[in-house]
Amino acid sequence: MDFSVLNPVAIAAALMVAATPLVFAALGELVVEKAGVLNLGVEGMMIIGAIAGFAAANEGGSLTFGVLAAMAAGAALASIFALFTQGLMSNQVATGLALTLFGLGLSAMLGQPYAGQKVPSFPRLDLPGLTDLPVIGRLIFGHDPLIYLSLALAVAIGWFLTRTRAGLTLRAVGENHDAAHAIGCGVARVRTLAILFGGACAGLGGAYLSLVAAPLWAEGMTAGRGWIALAIVVFASWKPGRVLIGAYLFGGVTIAQLNLQALGIAIESQYLSMTPYLATILVLVLISARGARSGAPGSLGKPFFASA
Amino acid sequence: MTDVLLRVDGVTKRFPGVVANRNVSFEVRAGEIHALLGENGAGKSTLVKMIYGLQSPDEGALHLRGAPFAPASPGEARSAGVGLVFQHFSLFEALTVAENVALGLPKDQAGRGLPQRIREVSKSYGLPLQPGRIVGDLSVGERQRVEIVRCLLQSPRLLIMDEPTSVLTPQEVDTLFATLRRLRDEGVAILYISHKLEEIRALCSAATILRGGEVVASCDPRQETAKALAEMMIGRGLAAPSGPAETSGDVRLALEDLSLPSASPFGTSLKNITLDLRAGEILGIAGVAGNGQDELMAALSGEARTAPGMIRLDGAPIGALGPMRRRRLGLNAAPEERLGHAAAPEMSLTGNAVLTARGTVGLAQGGWIGFARARRFAEGIVKTFDVRTAGVQHAARSLSGGNLQKYVIGRELRQNPKVFCVSQPTWGDDAGAALAIREALRALAEQGAAVLCISQDLDELMEISTRLAVIAGGRLSPPRPTGEITIEQIGLMMGGGHVAA
Amino acid sequence: MAWASPVIALALTLIFGMLLFAVLGVDPLRAVYIIFVEPLTTGFGRAEMVVKGTPLVLIAIGLSLGFRAGVWNIGAEGQLILGALAGTAAGLAVYPAEGLWVLPMMCLAGMAAGAAWAMIPAVLRIRFGANEILVSLMLVYVADLWLSVLVSGPLRDPDGFNFPETRLFTSSMILPPLFDGTRAHMGALAALAAVVIAWAVLRRHVFGFSLDLFGQAPRAAAFAGFSEARTVALTLGIGGALAGLAGVFEASLSAQLKPSLPVGYGFTAIIVAFLGRLHPVGILAGGALMALTYIGGEGAQLVLRLPAASISVFQGMLLFFLLGADVLTRYRLKPAGARTAPPDPAGVDPLSPATIGAAAGVVAAMQAGEGAAAPGGADGGGAGGV
Repeated sequence: MDFSVLNPVAIAAALMVAATPLVFAALGELVVEKAGVLNLGVEGMMIIGAIAGFAAANEGGSLTFGVLAAMAAGAALASIFALFTQGLMSNQVATGLALTLFGLGLSAMLGQPYAGQKVPSFPRLDLPGLTDLPVIGRLIFGHDPLIYLSLALAVAIGWFLTRTRAGLTLRAVGENHDAAHAIGCGVARVRTLAILFGGACAGLGGAYLSLVAAPLWAEGMTAGRGWIALAIVVFASWKPGRVLIGAYLFGGVTIAQLNLQALGIAIESQYLSMTPYLATILVLVLISARGARSGAPGSLGKPFFASA
Repeated sequence: MTDVLLRVDGVTKRFPGVVANRNVSFEVRAGEIHALLGENGAGKSTLVKMIYGLQSPDEGALHLRGAPFAPASPGEARSAGVGLVFQHFSLFEALTVAENVALGLPKDQAGRGLPQRIREVSKSYGLPLQPGRIVGDLSVGERQRVEIVRCLLQSPRLLIMDEPTSVLTPQEVDTLFATLRRLRDEGVAILYISHKLEEIRALCSAATILRGGEVVASCDPRQETAKALAEMMIGRGLAAPSGPAETSGDVRLALEDLSLPSASPFGTSLKNITLDLRAGEILGIAGVAGNGQDELMAALSGEARTAPGMIRLDGAPIGALGPMRRRRLGLNAAPEERLGHAAAPEMSLTGNAVLTARGTVGLAQGGWIGFARARRFAEGIVKTFDVRTAGVQHAARSLSGGNLQKYVIGRELRQNPKVFCVSQPTWGDDAGAALAIREALRALAEQGAAVLCISQDLDELMEISTRLAVIAGGRLSPPRPTGEITIEQIGLMMGGGHVAA
Repeated sequence: MAWASPVIALALTLIFGMLLFAVLGVDPLRAVYIIFVEPLTTGFGRAEMVVKGTPLVLIAIGLSLGFRAGVWNIGAEGQLILGALAGTAAGLAVYPAEGLWVLPMMCLAGMAAGAAWAMIPAVLRIRFGANEILVSLMLVYVADLWLSVLVSGPLRDPDGFNFPETRLFTSSMILPPLFDGTRAHMGALAALAAVVIAWAVLRRHVFGFSLDLFGQAPRAAAFAGFSEARTVALTLGIGGALAGLAGVFEASLSAQLKPSLPVGYGFTAIIVAFLGRLHPVGILAGGALMALTYIGGEGAQLVLRLPAASISVFQGMLLFFLLGADVLTRYRLKPAGARTAPPDPAGVDPLSPATIGAAAGVVAAMQAGEGAAAPGGADGGGAGGV
């Protein structure tokens, strides 16, 4: 076995790149679920973000434009979900599934001309002196700006949910929508905003895949990451800080699997590729067995009818 | 007297198929506790929702301190000085006391100093609260304090209390009344909604009585007897209840050291419950909601399983059997919540008959349902128990609360149970339905069955039961003959007093 | 009037699909003709509808039982793969033996494997409360990878130049055709049988009754004496077995097992189940429609150069509009106070309670205007634990 192919610093950097799309998508879904809504369309919104971001960056030549387009596309898809679940009171599970199917199909259709195309690459945060520090320098600096954004977002969401009145209202709506309505919170409005935010985050996560991690467009390139993001929210017990831990664990599994393959371990690569999915199941079981739904918003997934 | 604070002027509110309020007018003065009296469905709640900005009147108008008052939202009503303590608390279990209070306050009042203000205000009114505690961990009485303190922090001119005592022990009621009287003395107007006559006579100096959405009378309740108030509320003379029969039959159902851990984190575990239920008696179980009633009911119906010997029916151990096998042996149950537990809302009455009677009266053979037979069975219930419905093909949800309860109880009684366990048999029912249900329970007991009745309505239990026990903290007091026990003693036991005794 | 919303949904999907085509620079009328009409004009197209409709109907029937009860099996695709694997392995294990018994044995093996794969989410939900949506879905990816491992390893054709595919099946392993000269096969009869049996069970049997009860009011179901664990295990097991059977049919149809076997029937069947209002006869019609879009999609790929996945745009839109149309049609058809009698004898609403059961509440809410006297929050669905 040749361990020289393994470079710890490079592995750490790769891990962060693998984890960041999950961080964005899971943070967005966390906010949505905190508002009491279960949106199973994360996969669809992610892939729409991936193609929208890629196409916009490819056509417009600007990465910023690509990222913004991806967020807008994710939010646009989420607005369909909001319209159906908040306006028409359709079932959240079925609507989320429809959203995923729709997003996968639409992205394939729209993305056809972009297969094999290129986008400009992201600038790295390069601070002379600091980045050159051994190990630490490469671990802390030298990443693309979106990684820093994802970390900042986790902090910001944690602050928003626990320290602001709007965050308190959002939690109240997710906890008990009847009581929230009774004291005058606009349940549907709060939830719609949360859904749109979740869509933008999922779109951003998708764009990270197609603009940074890959960077290319391939049909179905999210490969189940939207679903894993949903599992991470459960894993995190609806806490933003733990979303980071969860996403980095999953990123770690992915990278470990790739590196084991690079080491030439005598096992079919498919078995290694299964590990993120099996790990998701394992985590779900552990979380569910531990304390059932400790931390789950009280009204999660339930439709709200103004009844007061 | 002082000036008029709230004037309700000819208010009408319609819903599809029903007029909730018709031309309702009355006045509430500052410094007065004004009762709004009426049965369930009389239109009290709709009226409150209009005053609190949750609904708006179709006709008529509200005036607050002489000015037109049409709040578009609870927030507007609050800033105009109207506070509301809900019947079913509008609290968030997973949030802290301070967060719950902050949600009901305008932005500028919900700042950093809030925990301190909660402590001060709650203490000064004799309702101590710790702002950092999670509401889910509080008792029902403490939760009501949170609601009241939330209102008081906004210095309301009008405080609406919607059925505030239905979940309190008698001692907690006394504390609440002291607080309300003090607020009245400070010049606050209190609109007190209830159907409990003695409370209103003790507390209120004016009363408006609603029936069928209309004002039928106004009076000073201190000048009226409870019977007179009840007749105004119900609209006809009351038949005197027939006293419970005294019996000492054989033991039909025996609970032996029944313990059961609660399935839910906010639930109550049952601890060492021992009880003999005899043929011919109605045994009442009193207690404040959330003290193990749901868990006891689940253990009796078979939804929760115990060790076999913890529950015996005519001597046979049944603790490990499921609901259907218990029904076949003659143990039937009717849980508190009718829609969604005792009955499936979207299913027809026929389907709801199959729900429990499929195995006991031959509605299903070899797994295949005979719907013609089921329909006849359902029609039989409707006829015998005077269930008002357009037909058994209609969904359970289309029935009014009282009619659905008659159907649910009728469904179980038509299976000829040896033991019948029922929770809150008449909760929220109109007087007619309540009377019919109590009569049916008595008749069942007279035929030699044993009835176990869990209720939070002490008056009801005093009326129908032969023996009475109290459940508190998952423990059951030894039952005592109803004639030998006073409301005060029960109240003490509800607070857990009997455990040491 | 249960057919009203599928029809409305289909019409809306056509309109928006045409708009989408126009935006993409494809002649909308021609696209609609190629996808929805042309397949019906040829004998080949009609036979292919049977071929593609068979697995869709089989799987959707199985899924609909679970959906009625609020058990969300989203992993039928994985169960189909396991069925194909086990069926193929069983058939090749006796290779080159021939006989009438070979195919039934393959079918049994496939059903058992599909059911066993579905038992994983079932057991994890029953035992640990793990959400079956996520578990069954993750297992699709695992099954797909496992298929790839096995056909490039143990099941690989020894004479096949290392291509990742199995031997060609013997004639005993291949389903006899329904009509000579077409690919439509006897499996279609199994799908029809599933429709009839499901129809009878849902209409008259206590098991069918218990499914609706669980979907509408889980507490009432427990009170009635039905076991949730048993319901979860049975619905997932039956769904897995039928998906596994469909997998055997698919392998048999292509006369060998290749990694390209799964084409998404397991996911499309979810739409078929909803399109058919979770009713067996409706599912038959929904399966035919979805089969049509598959064949039309192939045509669109060839003629219009659209990617294969674009068909799922239509499928997603159809499901959206269906969910929306449900609410709207119910609003119009059921004014409060004039509730019409439910059509079937159980008085059980034929629609999925989880999807739509709550709609009755919406109806009331919409009618009474803002903040109305709607019956309290019907716990319409949702897999709480995600």
